[in-house]
Amino acid sequence: MAKLVVSFELNGVPTDVLTEPNRSLLEVLRDTLENTGTKEGCGTGDCGACTVLLDSRPVTACLVLAPEVQGRKITTVEGLARGAKLHPVQKAFVEQGGLQCGICTPGMIMSAVALLERNPTPNEQEIRYAIAGNLCRCTGYDKIVRAIEVAAYSAAAQNGAASPNGQVAQTAKTEASKTEVS
Amino acid sequence: MRAFAYHAPSSLAEAVALLDREGDGGKILAGGTDLLIHIKERGMVPRYVLSLRDIKELSAISYDESSGLRIGAAAKLSDVASHPVVLERYPIVGQGASLVGSLQIQNLGTVAGNLCNAAPSADCAPPLIALDASVRVAGKNGERIVPLAGFFVGPGRTVLQPGELVAEVLAPPPPPRSGGSYERFTPRQEMDIAVVGVGSVVQLGQGDRCVQARICLGAVAPTPVRAREAEAVLAGQVLSPELIERAAETAAAEARPITDQRGTADYRKHLVKVLTKRTLTAAWEDARGVEARGNSVWQN
Repeated sequence: MAKLVVSFELNGVPTDVLTEPNRSLLEVLRDTLENTGTKEGCGTGDCGACTVLLDSRPVTACLVLAPEVQGRKITTVEGLARGAKLHPVQKAFVEQGGLQCGICTPGMIMSAVALLERNPTPNEQEIRYAIAGNLCRCTGYDKIVRAIEVAAYSAAAQNGAASPNGQVAQTAKTEASKTEVS
Repeated sequence: MRAFAYHAPSSLAEAVALLDREGDGGKILAGGTDLLIHIKERGMVPRYVLSLRDIKELSAISYDESSGLRIGAAAKLSDVASHPVVLERYPIVGQGASLVGSLQIQNLGTVAGNLCNAAPSADCAPPLIALDASVRVAGKNGERIVPLAGFFVGPGRTVLQPGELVAEVLAPPPPPRSGGSYERFTPRQEMDIAVVGVGSVVQLGQGDRCVQARICLGAVAPTPVRAREAEAVLAGQVLSPELIERAAETAAAEARPITDQRGTADYRKHLVKVLTKRTLTAAWEDARGVEARGNSVWQN
């Protein structure tokens, strides 16, 4: 079939790709653009490993036909860090050990980033709902939830907001003070 | 995915002309969350895909008091579930839309796509059928309005003819003192498919007298079905917990579910009873609540 040009913004950079229409956004990101941070798990929208942001909203890239992103903005895990400075959610996943094998991690982080964009101070239930479409077979989720809480309340603690969970608030304060010192 | 051609027309008229010109073997892509799975996993080989991505008019969600709610075929489930008019006047529609798949799926998928995919368990169908909603279908011979109660033919099959597509979902204005509720049962809270889903809408007259009730059952038949015998138990009667119990038992008796990996027929009948009771009770409260909210406007 005739190839077509798809133009979109990838992590803030205007991007054109020439692709057959029967390829997914995930295939274009990984195979054509060599942005392999986004992972493939199931390929059928069940596991959330390939979660990217489409105009700031989380979607499973395996179920997006590549031509559908014409004119849209895509954010992947590669677009979060600023140089060597990790995004607060990435930093919290590293410091709280919110990962084991790592395949679900980029997708988890994208879902968490999208959550904190629209709800900067989520409670545990809201966090668990936001990552309900992201499966992890290693961690049992608790450390992932903790990492997202810490990312949220480290930012919130700097603005003087209180966490609903005292222990997390304490961790968050400690993390926030480390950030100030460093 | 096997090779196919891709078309993205920029108007509904252009889409209809394209379907007519290209002929058989085309598939409509609204969100793609069912279509891509059919292509990847279930051997579907479309000759061409017609995307709704550039048809701006089909992304709209609008409301007016004479024609009611209009949901464009390309409007995302998440936009429908969070739309102010849906939240205020059609909460039952939002209840269904926000249960489909994950947040990631709701940001891609559409209400019209959920209907056209025609799974017996589709969460958008029972709420809309209980609201007496229709779809506006466009084709080369013009447009037709199809009531959703007569839209489904069987699993994966609808009354849509070759060359036709759903342009909009239409729900009539909610009558005064009416309310609705949709609930489904799944073994886990998220990322699951309904074992049974029930949507109920109740319209009250004087006091608690029920003018009309519509109950739609999902996942208990090849298509979503109205529980008409249970509706007849309620019509014209004064609502009470006992009457709702009787309607719920009637709905369970008239349902003809099958046994499959998600549940046995007997289990599904039990769920029909439980969910019919719950949704009717919630719809009744919602119908009275609408009145209470209306009064408070005047009192303040």
